[in-house]
Amino acid sequence: MTVTDLLSYEDALASYDPVMGLEVHVELGTRTKMFCGCSTELGAEPNSQTCPTCLGLPGSLPVVNAIGVESAIKIGLALNCEIAQWCRFARKNYFYPDMPKNFQTSQYDEPIAFNGYLDVQLEDGEVFRVQIERAHMEEDTGKSTHVGGATGRIHGASHSLLDYNRAGIPLIEIVTKPIEGAGVRAPEVAKAYVAELRELIKALGVSEARMEMGQMRCDVNLSLRPPGREKFGTRSETKNVNSLRSVERAARFEIQRHAAVLSSGGTIVQETRHFHEEDGSTTSGRIKEEAEDYRYFPEPDLVPVAPAREWVEELRAGLPELPRLRRKRLQEDWGIADHEMQSVLNAGALDLILATMAEGADAASARKWWMGELARHANETGTELAAVPITPAQVARVSALVAAGDLNDKLARQVIEGVLAGEGEPDQVVDARGLKVVSDDSALGAAVDDAIAANAAIANKIRGGNLAAAGALIGAVMKATRGQADAKRVRELVLERLGVQG
Amino acid sequence: MPGITREEVAHLGRLARLELSGDELDHFAGQLDDIIGSVARVSEVAGEDVPPTSHPLPLTNVMRPDTVRPSLTPQQALSGAPAQEQQRFKVPQILGED
Repeated sequence: MTVTDLLSYEDALASYDPVMGLEVHVELGTRTKMFCGCSTELGAEPNSQTCPTCLGLPGSLPVVNAIGVESAIKIGLALNCEIAQWCRFARKNYFYPDMPKNFQTSQYDEPIAFNGYLDVQLEDGEVFRVQIERAHMEEDTGKSTHVGGATGRIHGASHSLLDYNRAGIPLIEIVTKPIEGAGVRAPEVAKAYVAELRELIKALGVSEARMEMGQMRCDVNLSLRPPGREKFGTRSETKNVNSLRSVERAARFEIQRHAAVLSSGGTIVQETRHFHEEDGSTTSGRIKEEAEDYRYFPEPDLVPVAPAREWVEELRAGLPELPRLRRKRLQEDWGIADHEMQSVLNAGALDLILATMAEGADAASARKWWMGELARHANETGTELAAVPITPAQVARVSALVAAGDLNDKLARQVIEGVLAGEGEPDQVVDARGLKVVSDDSALGAAVDDAIAANAAIANKIRGGNLAAAGALIGAVMKATRGQADAKRVRELVLERLGVQG
Repeated sequence: MPGITREEVAHLGRLARLELSGDELDHFAGQLDDIIGSVARVSEVAGEDVPPTSHPLPLTNVMRPDTVRPSLTPQQALSGAPAQEQQRFKVPQILGED
């Protein structure tokens, strides 16, 4: 494999201004395909979810999925788009066996949603507005397995095998207008845009938008131009960049690669590029010598979609609170600083905290446990926070035990440790490990007397009115009871025994 | 009014993966030109007030509830396939050696 020349990121940005275009495909979470009643359930055996329509057999007729159209309109509205009064589907013709029909049913010059924007917040709080060109309806392709080549790649394969279960699953393609003016922050804007879009799609409930499952896929188009020039440079199109981190890396890599080519006097060829997760690089795919000729024409088997304005307004009224505004509201409710909220988001803790609150915990303690003990555990074990083996209900129970005075923080950490170790529910761990706070006077009294006897000098200071010195005796009692004493009650007992008013 | 050129027919032939000989190109170019010319005459009588149509029926919004219907069995789905392997449609090499 040839090594790609790269310019350092700083040098690249000193000489060139990046322009990006992002195309995101979202697989809708409908029960059935876009144009037929075949199930979209994942994991079915090959070719068990097909019918004459999605196999493109002669005489079959597609009918559009009402929820597919509704989802497209919701996405359009949430992206501040106009919704078409009237639009059609079109056939995108091409020869590739991933579509048995030899065309993909898509939309061409009449997308259902157009002219919108999405505000995205960068890590330092800056808000960047990404303009949306269009969102249109189409269908997914079948899954190819390439046989006979190295590591399943299409290059060198002797033949390919097709499973058409995925062919026809509803897709919404969302295309930005050229993103200009992001400068050095272009890769970060790309990542933040895809992240915000994913949150939005999830909030709308139209898809789970899990990138690792291919439910959301991103193409990164990028070009460079000298600063101050209006005309765009030649772009490359990096296909199937399928994680947030990869979106950022792909944009960064392409900026550095373009800059190296341009600054050495070369020219960028318009081509598709493949992204490689292992090292964040891209390699050349198909060169586009001429504009692709898909011979789009209106799909004669489907009638136009003309969403009634009343329906559109009904959907608009039913839109959920948008993720960015919801985050802002929660931050205000919780009374925390920007950087604290950002840590919650970066840790993927927001939904977990809310779920814990729904189970009865207060915001502060829910946040404390997820962002403290549990985030640390996730870090150490290299898992996502959501995958840590404790449920919001269990965290809420621990928090309730602390609030009731049955546990102190130290014991609560041990209970969480027990739950994570698979020792059962919090209450079971408390019982099994004997982790109740001791506030019973007879048990504590003896420990307090011992502490006073062993620290006569300190006891005298306290008798003399130095209340701050009580801390040392409380510490001794806590140590003797292995942290299980109720510290507040210990303090009362110490002062009582020494005849001092707290 | 020129309808379609021989070069355009050759281009369409490539897009449709049809191998057309020189004689066939001449033949089809002439025929297609006649057809396009005939269809183009419709535009002469259609005024500005007649919108282009892509569907013969005055219908919009024909939609289907999102309800699962039985699919074919894999055996039925594959019954027309020229070749199959591992319960999948087997297709010839997609990309050449280079």
